[in-house]
Amino acid sequence: MAISSTVRLQRKPFDAAAEAAKLTRGRSDIGALVSFTGVCRDNEQGEPIAALTLEHYPGMAEAEIERHVNEACARWPLLGVTVVHRHGRIVPGEDIVLVITASSHREAAFAAAEFLMDYLKTRAPFWKQVEKSGGTSWVEAKVSDDRAAERWKAVGRDAAE
Amino acid sequence: MKIRYFAWVRERVGKPEEDIDVPPGVDTVAELIAWLSSRGEEYAYAFDNPKVIRAAIDHTHVKPDAAIKSAGEIAFFPPMTGG
Repeated sequence: MAISSTVRLQRKPFDAAAEAAKLTRGRSDIGALVSFTGVCRDNEQGEPIAALTLEHYPGMAEAEIERHVNEACARWPLLGVTVVHRHGRIVPGEDIVLVITASSHREAAFAAAEFLMDYLKTRAPFWKQVEKSGGTSWVEAKVSDDRAAERWKAVGRDAAE
Repeated sequence: MKIRYFAWVRERVGKPEEDIDVPPGVDTVAELIAWLSSRGEEYAYAFDNPKVIRAAIDHTHVKPDAAIKSAGEIAFFPPMTGG
């Protein structure tokens, strides 16, 4: 069966279980399903936060995520991919991002989910602004996130197969 | 040419987007940043560290040496912090 892929940006919360059920409904070829949810923490480096506001670049955000979903599908034998990314104001405890990958076997599903998250962090045009008691500030990009995305280049297409 | 700004680049420039006529001789993303920086102190502030500024042409990431000639929309923004 063809790869089923969904990329969606939305303001409202998502239902991770319902998205996973949608991906597997009516098919019995999927042997592994990995679901990752990124959640808004109540602190940033130990300092309490009131909320995050995610700004995004409409049009490019969808296009950039699609490009990485296509790249993941070219690198691993996936049967389904779902990416949902929220924008707007999000309070601690709420979900921010969902990545679900489905494959016949777990290796591809785990690797593709991690690959997609690493690239979402560093290449998808979203910016987090954090609200603290002292005011608002923009979250700084982390070198560790850049390194996490870089290592997929070293892995390359051949090694992933 | 349509120019868009996001996150703190947008805040520093003071507007989310604008249409501008780029003068002859400004051919690359890096040259556009240098030219914008000369337009006023809000631009100089937004682009005071060009090394951290990321750019996209028509929804695709580009490097500073990318040609802007055929661009419909150019966006400038800080390193991304999604996910």
